[in-house]
Amino acid sequence: MSGTQTTYNDKVVRQFAVMTVIWGIVGMLVGVIVAAQLVWPELNMGFLHFGRLRPLHTNAVIFAFGGCALFATSYWCVQRTSHARLWGGPLVPFTFWGWQIVILLAAITLPLGITQSKEYAELEWPIDILITLVWVSYALVFFGTIAKRTVSHIYVANWFFGAFIIAVALLHLVNSAAVPVTLTKSYSVYSGVQDAMIQWWYGHNAVGFFLTAGFLGMMYYFVPKQAGRPVYSYRLSVVHFWALIFTYMWAGPHHLHYTALPDWTQSVGMVFSLILLAPSWGGMINGIMTLSGAWHKLRDDPILKFLITSLSFYGMSTFEGPMMAIKTVNALSHYTDWTVGHVHSGALGWVAMVSIGSIYYLLPKLFGKSEMYSTKLMTTHFWIATIGTVLYIASTWISGVMQGLMWRAVNADGTLAYSFVESVKGSYPFWAIRWLGGVLFLTGMLIMAYNMFKTMAGGKTQDAPVVVPAAHHA
Amino acid sequence: MDINDLRSIVTVVGLLCFLAIVWWAYGKSSKKGFEEAANLPFAEHDGQDAASRTMHPR
Repeated sequence: MSGTQTTYNDKVVRQFAVMTVIWGIVGMLVGVIVAAQLVWPELNMGFLHFGRLRPLHTNAVIFAFGGCALFATSYWCVQRTSHARLWGGPLVPFTFWGWQIVILLAAITLPLGITQSKEYAELEWPIDILITLVWVSYALVFFGTIAKRTVSHIYVANWFFGAFIIAVALLHLVNSAAVPVTLTKSYSVYSGVQDAMIQWWYGHNAVGFFLTAGFLGMMYYFVPKQAGRPVYSYRLSVVHFWALIFTYMWAGPHHLHYTALPDWTQSVGMVFSLILLAPSWGGMINGIMTLSGAWHKLRDDPILKFLITSLSFYGMSTFEGPMMAIKTVNALSHYTDWTVGHVHSGALGWVAMVSIGSIYYLLPKLFGKSEMYSTKLMTTHFWIATIGTVLYIASTWISGVMQGLMWRAVNADGTLAYSFVESVKGSYPFWAIRWLGGVLFLTGMLIMAYNMFKTMAGGKTQDAPVVVPAAHHA
Repeated sequence: MDINDLRSIVTVVGLLCFLAIVWWAYGKSSKKGFEEAANLPFAEHDGQDAASRTMHPR
């Protein structure tokens, strides 16, 4: 390797990787606070009540924590597998600083009650415009780098990252279309059942492309790298990629079962949700089987523990999801804590764990160290996070099914057996367990932050040279 | 022609397109390219263990 070579742009990866941990702590702390507000209602103080803080929690964990993790890993992966430095010059730092400003604006406006009232798309129109600018820059940087690659293939992880970037741009532009009235108030251009359908086309595909395709991209780079073997089946990765792309867009109506949405649309949504099981499990099997023949590595490698456990939770939640999309099951589960449990099985078990594992992989490399400051603390983090996730999803399953059964119970004369508040009363102990699960998961993130700062201390922040193309084509 | 005919055609073409992708992915001709692509993450420097990784994904 000569000294005159170009280097990878690792600075932006470093920035996003560190902010992933910071925003993870912030977002999960708000999650713990809102969970506590359900158990101890007196904690709802002034305007910082559950209704204002809950969107802050969801935006912070999805877009701040998850978003930074996706930026960091996609920028790392696209450079390493294209053998090219990031394209785009000033656009690259703009994606970092622009995204941080979006997050700060969200943290200010949401507690003040400035919102478009669309779930996971609450931010008002000026912030939506800034998101669009950052996102277009992100797309230019990512696809610009792919265009200047010095290898002939586009690695499968980059297909997933690319699909995530394009789909999120499409979803954001369509769902956020609004007529501004003042700087802080706008009205959606859609109304009625069309508005609901567009919102859940957006909402479910945010899950499908932001929280699935993007993180599968992460999985397809970091699992093979950490396991030290290529992906189990490249063919399967190609087929399940296109299967996900062809089916995800249709599954949104399962969020609107038994509403004013036409019955046939609900049924289409249900059927496509059931079909989704196949491509989802294709990804899970491909990831887990990449470790076949190297299972022993799982014993003492906490990064692989995080990555493989994340795939197990991905498998579980993508089995649970299609099941909950069946109309008769949905009649029991919808509007209960079961939905919340399902989301967190995916969010904590899959999205957070695959991100944590990938960031643990990146941090020492980004700061010129051979490994994290403490492997022991990584293992501790893994077990605390796993126990926290299990407590969270088990308690919300139980309270969810209990709520569903209580709400539908009728006396012999046809009157409701329980009032709503009786189901709230019955949920308290489970909400306390859910809060405890959240506290454990947050504790794990604090351990990670300590480990990260210890790893960063005295580290070299030198960018790695770009791989010489000739060295590869042997 | 009704707009709904167009919608039906798009759906059927989408399915055919997907089946063609499956056919292509499991065909013999794509095997070599897939092997090269699957080893892309390992083209980086990290030394001796990289050489032992030219395994064949399914």
